[in-house]
Amino acid sequence: MSLADGVRGDLKLTGLHKRYPNGFVAVQSLDLVIPQGSFFALLGPSGCGKTTTLRMVAGLEDVTKGSIHIGEQDITTAKPYKRPVNTVFQNYALFPHLTIAENVAFGPKRRGVKDPKGSVKEILALTELTEQANKKPAQLSGGQQQRVALARALINRPDVLLLDEPLGALDLKLRRAMQIELKRIQEEVGLTFVHVTHDQEEAMTMADTVAVMNEGRIEQLGAPYELYTNPHTTFVANFLGRTNLIKGTVLGREGSGADEVVKVDMHGTVASIKASRVHTDAKEGWVGIRPEKVLIQPEGQAIDAPGAALSGAVVVDVSYIGVSTDYVLRMPWGQEITCFEQNTGRRGGLIPVGTKVDVSWRPEFAFLLDSAQDAEAGIVEED
Amino acid sequence: MITRLGSWIGKHLMLTLGILVLIYMYVPNMIVALMSFNDSSQSRNLYTFQAFTWDNWLNPCEPQGMCEALQVSISIGLLSTIVATTIGTLAAFALVRHRFEGRSTMNLMLFLPMATPEIVMGSSLLALFVAAGFGGQLGFWTILIAHIMFNISFVVVTVRSRLAGLDSNLEKAASDLYANEWQTFWRVTFPLVFPGILAAALLAFSLSFDDFIITNLNSGTTVTFPMFVWGAAQRAIPMQVNVIGTLMFIIALAIVIAGEVMSRRRAKGKAAAF
Ligand SMILES: Nc1ncnc2c1ncn2[C@@H]1O[C@H](COP(=O)(O)OP(=O)(O)OP(=O)(O)O)[C@@H](O)[C@H]1O
Ligand SMILES: [Mg+2]
Repeated sequence: MSLADGVRGDLKLTGLHKRYPNGFVAVQSLDLVIPQGSFFALLGPSGCGKTTTLRMVAGLEDVTKGSIHIGEQDITTAKPYKRPVNTVFQNYALFPHLTIAENVAFGPKRRGVKDPKGSVKEILALTELTEQANKKPAQLSGGQQQRVALARALINRPDVLLLDEPLGALDLKLRRAMQIELKRIQEEVGLTFVHVTHDQEEAMTMADTVAVMNEGRIEQLGAPYELYTNPHTTFVANFLGRTNLIKGTVLGREGSGADEVVKVDMHGTVASIKASRVHTDAKEGWVGIRPEKVLIQPEGQAIDAPGAALSGAVVVDVSYIGVSTDYVLRMPWGQEITCFEQNTGRRGGLIPVGTKVDVSWRPEFAFLLDSAQDAEAGIVEED
Repeated sequence: MITRLGSWIGKHLMLTLGILVLIYMYVPNMIVALMSFNDSSQSRNLYTFQAFTWDNWLNPCEPQGMCEALQVSISIGLLSTIVATTIGTLAAFALVRHRFEGRSTMNLMLFLPMATPEIVMGSSLLALFVAAGFGGQLGFWTILIAHIMFNISFVVVTVRSRLAGLDSNLEKAASDLYANEWQTFWRVTFPLVFPGILAAALLAFSLSFDDFIITNLNSGTTVTFPMFVWGAAQRAIPMQVNVIGTLMFIIALAIVIAGEVMSRRRAKGKAAAF
């Protein structure tokens, strides 16, 4: 009995470590458990070791240290063709000399499936490729090639399907369409998908669980909502959307249990941050607040938020985007922070540049990060 | 009128040039084909067309020693092609796929024979054979050894470039899709490199069949086809040489066309042949 017929289970990476022959360490002591049947995203900037991690799981790259399990089975050193794992490659890697149907039938035939025609038809229908069955890969469009790569892997019903930036080569519109398609297929077949991407929006919309990776390590792991609203590091805060980070000094703790808060002095104004959202023990920290959580009002008017407001800010830039307006504010200590405001019509117009405003937010949205971390870490260039 | 013509030529410049180049390339072959029907018994001037005859085609082996020479050339061509293609292909795989001590030196040394003037290589080989005590046995085998030697370089270079252009992810994908090392090689690597190997083999055969300088120096009393033609040209080239020339051209053409037809048919993909 080959491993490919093994019982399914969670994919477990324990202390996984990869050092390339040239001495470069691409992955460092990675610990991950990916539940069976989940849609898991590995998110990180270019060069952070995502492909290396996938290749180790697929068996295409040796593991330097650590182990890989599926369920109870240790597959750390198993040959790639003996693992119940299939890969959708970053550049598809379709066999150019075979037709689409032959490409898709490649796996089943190697595993000794007598007559794969039926299952090939089925999977081609699922991926809407029936018409292309007898063409060669070079005759297909990018999106079609991507689906062939998917079909070729899916037909084997692996315990784990690894997708290495499968949508990276597609244009934006096609990418969005394929995201929905991929999600639909995953729900239909119920296999474990490990989806690698450097697109945070893609990871958040598709995955049940996202692991944010940086320089060979997992920075944080959780549901998209959890990662976005309560990031543990400046890298995660910046990589998943915009964030404002304001220097603060910790004054002390108050309350207990779920109500415990940490008091932080930000340039003279004291804010309370829930203890579960505090990720540093130091005396100094970055108070983080997402731009859409920032509330502003012209000086003196009431703000819909409890607690103290920061005063003395000046509007220096206004961008009207239709659905919302972006304000850039200069704080009295010179820092610029951003505020996104929904255009609900409540304000009845925009706040003009030069207006003095008060700034506040609901305390449950703020988080406190280690001030030793780079405030610019993980900032993505808009593309 | 003239400007009209000018613009017509301008529009069709690529086509015109292409046709001119083709004519330039194929005129010699056409002349050879034509001359193979020349009845040379009427006159001593062998280079003009006298009268039409089937005789040359009906009795191709009439000139003494020609067909024997042809047989020698074909045997050496086939043997050296098989041996050089095998060794050269293996060497190309080793050079592309494995990092080993002295790899770049090996690359250079494989290239050198191609850059060496034939006359130098031929005389060096002769010196080697004589020094090794084979001076008296020059002939079929020494020619074969020489041909295998220079063919290997050409095969390595041809196959290596094909192999280097092969995406290594394809082999990774195959092993990811349950193909073991053996299946990966025969199902993916070999079919993709095969056109390169075939091209190398065709090149090797024609280089061997054609070679004169190295062969002449190491042939002893053995006569190959180019040597026969050379010898005959001193006196009078028998018209049958044109028959052989035309035949070789037709065979080469047939191989190319067959290859083209095959690849077209494969591209079309016969009804779900998996
Ligand atoms: N064979 C190798 N030898 C040495 N270093 C390597 C090798 N392959 C990759 N690396 C390095 O390891 C790091 C991680 O590479 P990897 O391909 O895993 O990145 P990635 O996260 O997939 O990036 P991308 O989003 O650009 O695909 C990179 O810095 C890369 O330069
Ligand atoms: Mg990658």
